[in-house]
Amino acid sequence: MSTVVLLMFTGLGLGALYFLVAAGLSLIYGLMGVLNFAHGAFLTLGAFAGWEIARRAGSDNWGTFLLSLVIGAAAGAAFAAFTEFVLIRRLYQRHIEQVLVTVGLALAAVALFDGIWGTDPVFIQGPAWFKDTTEILGARIPNDRFVCIVAAVMVLLALVFFLKKTRYGMIIRAGVENRSMVTALGIDVRKAFTLVFTIGGAAAGLGGVLASHYFGYVSPMLGGSLLIFAFIVTVIGGLGSLTGAAIAAVAVAVLQQFANFYLGGTGDFVVVLALALVLLFRPTGLLGRTS
Amino acid sequence: MSTTAEHRATEVPPILRVEGLNATIAGQQVVEDVSFTVPATGITALLGRNGVGKTSTIKAIIGLIDRAGVVELDGERIEKEATFKIIRSGVGYVPEDREVFSKLTVAENLRLAERDAAPRRQLVEELFPDLLARSAQMAGTLSGGQQQMVSLARALLNTNKILLVDEPTKGLAPKIVGEVAETLAEAAKTVPILLVEQNLHVVGQLAEGAVVLSGGRVVHTGPARDFLEDAGLIQRHLGVSTDSGPAGELAGKPAGQPVEKGAAL
Amino acid sequence: MTTDTDTNSSGGPASDGGATPRPGKNRTRKHDAREPGGDPGVRRPAITGRRLTMWAAGLAGVLLLVLLPLLNISLPGMLPGPSYTPGSLQLLAMCMLMAAAALTYHLLLGVAGLLSFGHALYFGAGVYGLAVILQNMDIPLLPAMGLTLLIVIVLAHVVGSISLRVSGIPFAMVTLAFAQAGSVIVGRNPDGRTGGDEGLTLRTDNLPDFLVGVVNTRNLYWLALAVLVAVFVIVTWVQSSRAGHAAAAVRENELRVRVLGLQPYLVKLLIFVLSAVLVCVIGMVFLLLQSGAVPRAISSDLTITLLVMVVLGGVGSRWGAVIGGVFYTVLDQRLTALANSEAVKSLPDVLRVPLSEPLFILGTLFILVVLFLPGGVTGTAERLAQRRRRGNRRAGNQGAETPRDILEDAA
Repeated sequence: MSTVVLLMFTGLGLGALYFLVAAGLSLIYGLMGVLNFAHGAFLTLGAFAGWEIARRAGSDNWGTFLLSLVIGAAAGAAFAAFTEFVLIRRLYQRHIEQVLVTVGLALAAVALFDGIWGTDPVFIQGPAWFKDTTEILGARIPNDRFVCIVAAVMVLLALVFFLKKTRYGMIIRAGVENRSMVTALGIDVRKAFTLVFTIGGAAAGLGGVLASHYFGYVSPMLGGSLLIFAFIVTVIGGLGSLTGAAIAAVAVAVLQQFANFYLGGTGDFVVVLALALVLLFRPTGLLGRTS
Repeated sequence: MSTTAEHRATEVPPILRVEGLNATIAGQQVVEDVSFTVPATGITALLGRNGVGKTSTIKAIIGLIDRAGVVELDGERIEKEATFKIIRSGVGYVPEDREVFSKLTVAENLRLAERDAAPRRQLVEELFPDLLARSAQMAGTLSGGQQQMVSLARALLNTNKILLVDEPTKGLAPKIVGEVAETLAEAAKTVPILLVEQNLHVVGQLAEGAVVLSGGRVVHTGPARDFLEDAGLIQRHLGVSTDSGPAGELAGKPAGQPVEKGAAL
Repeated sequence: MTTDTDTNSSGGPASDGGATPRPGKNRTRKHDAREPGGDPGVRRPAITGRRLTMWAAGLAGVLLLVLLPLLNISLPGMLPGPSYTPGSLQLLAMCMLMAAAALTYHLLLGVAGLLSFGHALYFGAGVYGLAVILQNMDIPLLPAMGLTLLIVIVLAHVVGSISLRVSGIPFAMVTLAFAQAGSVIVGRNPDGRTGGDEGLTLRTDNLPDFLVGVVNTRNLYWLALAVLVAVFVIVTWVQSSRAGHAAAAVRENELRVRVLGLQPYLVKLLIFVLSAVLVCVIGMVFLLLQSGAVPRAISSDLTITLLVMVVLGGVGSRWGAVIGGVFYTVLDQRLTALANSEAVKSLPDVLRVPLSEPLFILGTLFILVVLFLPGGVTGTAERLAQRRRRGNRRAGNQGAETPRDILEDAA
């Protein structure tokens, strides 16, 4: 029982990270049709930015940790806004070229991170509490899992609030459904594009800081490895659906953890298998549009 | 009546002037060298068979598809502007197939369309009391007629220089067709309308001028009544036979009776 | 001093054939007359003539490449030594294999409009499949290659038939996911068979002697050349075959093909499997050339490298893929040398860090090409040539599909 609970929470923690990456990916794809390969680089930059703060301000107190979250999110947001404004916007409506540009950006950014911070993982420490465990139903669960889960839930709630209650949220929801009709109502949808990229970048940057605590290190490869699972999550959840991304993130991560433990480390393989099954029986994903 | 319309057209500059308009979708030419004007009052009908490029013409005017040529709104050239700017300069667009946002509520659909500082919510509530009652409902769950009301309301919320209304009665029950026509007639008292319409009865009821497209080009312009009374013209350009009687009668059929269901008008 | 910068379309000579410039591009098939309403009588022979010249140049080039190991040619800056030395032959062979791999990617993207992010899976399956079989089974090279090929054919059918249920960007994501599963399996090192991060060294016990050892690099070079020529011929043949035409038609307008009674799904699957098989063969030769398998051979980075090559060379062009493959491989090699040079090491950090990362420079170059030279090397060359030929007449090939169109077909 305790093993199951531990796996569950570890899976939820990982799912939280997947969600933070997938949320932006899914919204960006839903609204703009852009598959953003540079999203992992947003995350990595956020992680390194958070680490730089922690390194300077002393890593073992909560204040620094919270500050690193803010700085990580800000770094991811700034990088993302820059990407949209300088690269994506020039290729409006040319979706494949937009993908190519983000591929090039991911290559260049990761190489630059290699040059600046080195290719080896940089180990990171948070507040002492992170290393402790909390006992739930006999399972001793590392506290950093809870931090990830709480942060992701807060981001989810904030995003839902933003999408449901604000005018820009409304524009984004409408744009995901029918972008050209939004412009035909006299709305400059490009502002929403920059906004969605910025929000996605912020979530990814935040996810980067959290991921560095979850895994205990930062490396230039951090974003890339999470990105691939985030892609799987967005496809399974249904492209453009935030709720779908949340459900799929948790499902994929928990499945992965259980398969890794009970099926001899086959977690990644089982996840791809799940993807294949979803595609065979529901090509638009769990909550995807049926068009 | 038609003489006054013509008279006005020569005196007052047109609200919309289209000249040598070409448009492409995915590289395919869909509008070819189309030229016409829309007078500053009343309803002008844009007619033609299915697939002749009526909807594409409307979309090209507001830049929803790639276009070239001259488009002048109230004396201002707009053919190079972005869609949202054209709309903001005073165009109300009611698209074919309504295009309401199905996952947004009725209220949200309307709020999204508000662009004036003081949108005319009151007017819309008076015109469409039904929508007020359903404001919290997802627009995707509305009936076709109700969706059309939402689509019309979105355009009527703002003060416009012109309304572009694309097949508002398509697929609607006869009773609703009548309601839509009434709404348009009401709206036309304050704003000129360019109307794409398959239902010739509705055209006869509402339109003063007519522009007829064939093969992506304009083949006829003039008062709507003249066109509707000429069975030969109708047969030639719309492919509808009117041998059941003179075209005048056709235009006088009881309200809401589609001329010929699914006819290739 | 005269320049030909004045490309005003209306200022052109009367030979325009009276065709009014249309706002949009007219997307007729490339194989049809290139410019409807133009002056085909003049332009067509020019095209055919150019094509002949291209083939003749290609043939001469192949001949030169065949003789290269027997010659003493030095290309300072491009080759590490005279052309007969193993180091130079190794680099040249690598260029040719990468060019061939880029050609198989061209088959996917440029012909069938499939933006796959999982092509490395089949290359890697060739590399690792053959390496593992040679390691664990006592069979000669050819049967081992046959067995690997068989595995890849099955694999490509399974992955292809599932991935092709979606198209456009979801297809890219799904192929990426499958390739990642392959990459993860190799990284996990099941039963110690793939060597994990370290990779595998090629077991040479069952290999013919003429393919083993540094002294035989030139044999491997010739093998690589043969593979490149064969792949080029096959890709050319496929493109001109019924399946190739169908694939191109599917890319442009799937609905129209369906109306014609063809099965877009099967056509795409055929191209998908074929390009997988070809790249698997290239992977096997790659293994022999490198005498080892490394995880990069099955990583998504490799797919991205192939994509970059094709785009740099010019999407939709076979020669573009070849040029892109060679260009990228050489550039990567030279940039790595540059990164380790004293000149760069003595620079201030702001310049040293980016310059010592070849992938940073390549990534940036790639972005610039996508933004400003959408036709890549061949597209730009073609535009320049056309501008020269046609004097003041507006450049651009209105008849043929531009690389941009081909890319958007993949969406």
